[in-house]
Amino acid sequence: MDDFRYLPGVTTLKLDEKACIGCGMCLAVCPHGVFVINERTAKVIDRDGCMECGACATNCPVNALSVDPGVGCAAYIIQSWIKGKENASCGDGGCC
Amino acid sequence: MAPLKDEEHGSCRTVKNGCECEEKSNPQVIFSGQAAEDLCCGPPAEPRSSHLEKPGYQLCRFVEKFIETPAGSVPRVKRTLDRSDIWETIKVRSGINRNQYKITPGLYCVGAADHHSPVLVSANYKLSFDALRQALTHSHAWILVLDTRGVNVWCAAGKGTFATEEVVRQVRASRLADVVSHRTLILPQLSATGVAAHQVKKQCGFKVQWGPVRSEDIEFFISHDNKCDAAMRKVTFTLWERFVLIPVEITLLYKYLLWFLLIAFILSGIGSGIFSFSQAWHRGLISVSAGIVGIVAGVVVAPLLLPWIPGKPFSVKGALSGFLAGSAVAAIFWGRVNALEVTALMLFAMAVSSYLAMNFTGSTPFTSPSGVEKEMRLAIPAQAGAVLISSAAWLWAAFGAQG
Repeated sequence: MDDFRYLPGVTTLKLDEKACIGCGMCLAVCPHGVFVINERTAKVIDRDGCMECGACATNCPVNALSVDPGVGCAAYIIQSWIKGKENASCGDGGCC
Repeated sequence: MAPLKDEEHGSCRTVKNGCECEEKSNPQVIFSGQAAEDLCCGPPAEPRSSHLEKPGYQLCRFVEKFIETPAGSVPRVKRTLDRSDIWETIKVRSGINRNQYKITPGLYCVGAADHHSPVLVSANYKLSFDALRQALTHSHAWILVLDTRGVNVWCAAGKGTFATEEVVRQVRASRLADVVSHRTLILPQLSATGVAAHQVKKQCGFKVQWGPVRSEDIEFFISHDNKCDAAMRKVTFTLWERFVLIPVEITLLYKYLLWFLLIAFILSGIGSGIFSFSQAWHRGLISVSAGIVGIVAGVVVAPLLLPWIPGKPFSVKGALSGFLAGSAVAAIFWGRVNALEVTALMLFAMAVSSYLAMNFTGSTPFTSPSGVEKEMRLAIPAQAGAVLISSAAWLWAAFGAQG
């Protein structure tokens, strides 16, 4: 996946290292290898690899992670502009 | 759908009795039966229905038998795809019946699954299910299929149908706790967007272990004490993975095609003589060519060459492939179009390609919503501007030529 890099410096991912208990769940669920566990605490080693899928935040048992999750899909975003985020869906049978 | 052994036996006996009865009491029936056979069309009768069939149900071709468990009978599925599975896959990949390609949720198994066997959780999109059972070449396992409304694992997790609540619901509905003695579920890693492992444990007592991203690694995972190596935790986007997405992207454009053709031919016919049908036809074909190469550049070329086209925003990649495609059209019609028309054609091909390539963000496994939104805020005005300038130039050229 290192061949595929999207826009840098945009992710909404936040990690509260003080709250982290080092369980490693974020490491297991992240599909882009964004995290490592170092001295029993999660560290973000590849912030720009984050695609904001939200798996880490959903699975953090102590809410140390937050991200504004969503799908990186132009059709979805156009719909969210027009209909609002609650009513948007991924195209009409398009991507998802 | 339990295997009804008695029924099989019973049905054999019924036939035999029937024959004996006919022979004794009414020989004519046999005669007319033979005559009917000769007269009746077609090949000899098909084999008798499978004893697994049950009125009101349809037996799935991928089910080989049913096994008895403390929670009732469970279908055992084949580990290989047959011809009809492959044909259906090709159709779905081409966009046919794609939104209705589902299987019934619930518990299935492969091999000789017993109470120690692992439980793999999957989506009820048949492509996902086929990928999983095909990957399970040696393992004996249970497959718990969730009701994701026929949507694949990752998209369903994003939509909230492959979710904590659904896992808990299916664990209870299938009475999984009566079927297996352990309390572990293996979930595909990409479902983690929708499933909170600690919540599943809390709500139904089953511990979630995150399996690999790709089903092809599931055998490795099971045979290595439920562990993945780092590469199995990461998504990929290979040339083949990009290629299989293209047919669906193309079929989604059909509904816009008619509008595009209509507008292109009308716009091309307008000139100093108000409207000319012959001009609409000749110039229309040229503008439609630019549109079609723009589509190919955005939907086929940009996705296939994604890692090699310069630029990070997809709209930029699409504009570049559209520039090359537009140049090809300009070269083909060179001599029949002037400089202004070449500009119009190039801009149009670039705008179409840029927009379509940008839409491909939704099909990739690495674009973040924040990034896509940032790119779109710049790209959409640029694409719209290019189409407007292109149309104006195309019109202006028509008036210039004849005026």
